[in-house]
Amino acid sequence: MPHDGHDHDDDHDHDHHNRPPSDTALRVKAIESLLTEKGLIVPEALDLIVQTYESKVGPRNGAKVVAKAWTDPAYRKRLLENSTAAIAELGYSGVQGEDMVVVENTPKVHNMVVCTLCSCYPWPTLGLPPVWYKSAPYRSRAVIDPRGVLEEFGVEVSASTEVRVWDSNAELRYMVLPMRPAGTEHLNEEQLAELVTRDSMIGVGQPRVPIGSAP
Amino acid sequence: MNGCHDVGGMHGFGPIKREDNEPYFHEKWEERVFGLFFGCFAGGHYNLDEFRHSIEHMGPAYFQTSYYEHWLHAMQDLLVRNGTLTHAQIEQRMREFAAQGSA
Repeated sequence: MPHDGHDHDDDHDHDHHNRPPSDTALRVKAIESLLTEKGLIVPEALDLIVQTYESKVGPRNGAKVVAKAWTDPAYRKRLLENSTAAIAELGYSGVQGEDMVVVENTPKVHNMVVCTLCSCYPWPTLGLPPVWYKSAPYRSRAVIDPRGVLEEFGVEVSASTEVRVWDSNAELRYMVLPMRPAGTEHLNEEQLAELVTRDSMIGVGQPRVPIGSAP
Repeated sequence: MNGCHDVGGMHGFGPIKREDNEPYFHEKWEERVFGLFFGCFAGGHYNLDEFRHSIEHMGPAYFQTSYYEHWLHAMQDLLVRNGTLTHAQIEQRMREFAAQGSA
């Protein structure tokens, strides 16, 4: 169907900047109610989907992948060579993580990930993206001023370190393998996973420094 | 082709606003939109490319609405276009809920 036909409806829906927020809530409720009435959706199934993404999927998954790569050189090699398969070894696969590429930070290269077009993000390993990741300020600037963005996030990257920005898309999603922090030789895989932050796997943060270690 | 969504390299969007301990959803209706998205997708009412395409044709409204409002827009747009729902039905049901004072 040509788009001319429905643009008027769009205007109708979105022209009112100052509409009360409840209008959106009412619209969602109306659509859910109509679809339920027609037998097209089951509200309880929707509850389950929401619960799954709120409690079972999240950056702790990605942190386990990173910690394993830090402690198991053979796994790290597999992860960098075939990220999707290596991540699936730990049981993380599926929607919005069908094709994964893990990029490794080194003393010479710092990687960061953006989706300039929208919000593409590896759900199975990192969960749902934060609002800033989906927002125009991050998406626009990450590719034109990555060092400025990193500075804003408090990430120090020396001028001699190359910064690589990866633009995730509908088919392919990137995740950063951050550098293992110094002074963590005594930690096991589980303890290391605790140091891995969501932002460090997007490339806009560093892993935590273990408590008690020298700054 | 450039569209409203193609913001890479554009200037003037201001600082990146971050939130500590950000919840996945900020409003109850966002949770429902997220769930509805899957429900309708699983039911074959649209595919992901259509869904993105609808959002990418929002024009200036794209910048005046939030992320899950984009999803709501696409969902409604596609459900109406494929004949599952009509705008009149949705508006009527909204009026009924508003009259009941529930949202």
